[in-house]
Amino acid sequence: MLRYLRLLGVQFRASAQVAMQYRVEFLVEGAMAFFWMAWAVVPLVVVYGHRASVAGWTFEEALVVVGVFIVMKGVLEGAVNPSLASVVEHIRKGSLDFVLLKPADAQFLVSTAKFEPWRIVDLGAGLAVVVLALARMGRPPSPGEVGAALLLGACAIWTLYSLWILVVSAAFFVVKVDNLSFLFLSIFDAARWPISVFTGAWRVVFTVVIPLALMTTFPAEALLGRLPSATLVLAVAGTVLFAVLTRAVWLRAIGRYTSASS
Amino acid sequence: MLRTARAIPTLLRVGLAEAVAYRAEFLVWLLSTNMPLVMLALWTAVARDGPVGGFTQEGFAAYYLAALVVRLMTGAWVIWEMNFEIRQGTLAFRLLRPLHPLVAWAAENVAAMPVRLAVSAPVAVAALFLVGGSHVTRDPLLLALFPLTLLGAWLITYLAMAAVGTLAFWVDSATSLFDVWLGLFGVLSGYLVPLSLYPPWVEALSRWLPFRYMLAFPVELVTGRLARAEALAQLGVQWGFVAALLGVAAGMWRLGTRRFSAFGG
Repeated sequence: MLRYLRLLGVQFRASAQVAMQYRVEFLVEGAMAFFWMAWAVVPLVVVYGHRASVAGWTFEEALVVVGVFIVMKGVLEGAVNPSLASVVEHIRKGSLDFVLLKPADAQFLVSTAKFEPWRIVDLGAGLAVVVLALARMGRPPSPGEVGAALLLGACAIWTLYSLWILVVSAAFFVVKVDNLSFLFLSIFDAARWPISVFTGAWRVVFTVVIPLALMTTFPAEALLGRLPSATLVLAVAGTVLFAVLTRAVWLRAIGRYTSASS
Repeated sequence: MLRTARAIPTLLRVGLAEAVAYRAEFLVWLLSTNMPLVMLALWTAVARDGPVGGFTQEGFAAYYLAALVVRLMTGAWVIWEMNFEIRQGTLAFRLLRPLHPLVAWAAENVAAMPVRLAVSAPVAVAALFLVGGSHVTRDPLLLALFPLTLLGAWLITYLAMAAVGTLAFWVDSATSLFDVWLGLFGVLSGYLVPLSLYPPWVEALSRWLPFRYMLAFPVELVTGRLARAEALAQLGVQWGFVAALLGVAAGMWRLGTRRFSAFGG
């Protein structure tokens, strides 16, 4: 366990050193983060310019969801996506051999291979939106609510990661999956809206099949103090179950790996 | 000129074969154009208890389904290929051919259209049934002009993409500049939100920018939101933008290829 923590430190330091070489990118990323933050808020402002409340959410409450969305997108693009995009490349070229030869768990190695530290700007921007929205409501969340929101946030990140591992596992079978990740990103965009906006089949899909509700709506509801505790328990149980399942799929998939060069 | 015209049928055939060869990829690409459907779900929820700014639930359905069709029909992806070929130096092979690369790429993009049409036409028909046809324009002249506005919209999309793509001759981050363009497109073209729902000054601003003519103009025309005189005036502006962007893209291409140098082979 301790060994893996140290390994994580090493991998992160390597990514940070690479990122430090491109300091101009920090400025560009920062400017882009503000641009996209404004972009995420524009439709919200327009919608609430016409209505005081949509599907049971006021402007400030929906703004909390947008803030959580910006944070999650930052995590996805900064910590999850880059590593796993490079695995797909490894599988295609057959250089995954070198990863498998190392004396550590392959899933751990490939998922920590690359971080984009500048994405921390997105995390800051998203948290700022959340704090701003809560301040406008004048209702600071209790420590218990913050704890529940953090727990759900962790579940959300773990589920995102598990989904990504499933996509990568698919790469062992069909090789060309980079546009699958593009598809997922475009679907993930719907998570900027509270789940109760969607009705019928949409809601079932976004709650159970691609759990967008878990990723943004549930943490936001926890912060607003209106998440039923049964949902919290179900979300945690679902995340653990999904993670175990994903691990099994990954082990099967990697068993099928045959180096591309031989 | 004549030689270029003679090459085009062959180029189209090659492009169509490519579009058919990568079917799965193509399908995923189509599925990822789902933003109008998400926005439709959102606005339907908003308009549940009464129309919003002149849009009923049916009005929103017609608007966003038309937007989906227009977006699918006016797709272009030249910037990714351009960026890749300039980086890798494989552009050198293209420059040797007796055909302007911008024409060759345009033919590749256009060739995928029949396949795109096969997918988006059922959507259009389903949309007509769903909203009862009452939100489709009855004006035969405007219906006849619709394909022309689609062509104009595609040309603006393609030429703007090509113009930003030529920046790859000078800077490394042409594609991230293009992300900014895409962001502005989303907000100012009526793709995310119908332009008439914005405050009046935003809508006025959008008339001076090319984005509106890439999406909102054909959509508003076909859903009967434009009077005849206004539609003709906007058609003029649209083709004005086409001409201007053609000049910019061709000029930047000429300047860029002068400083292009490829390594290896």
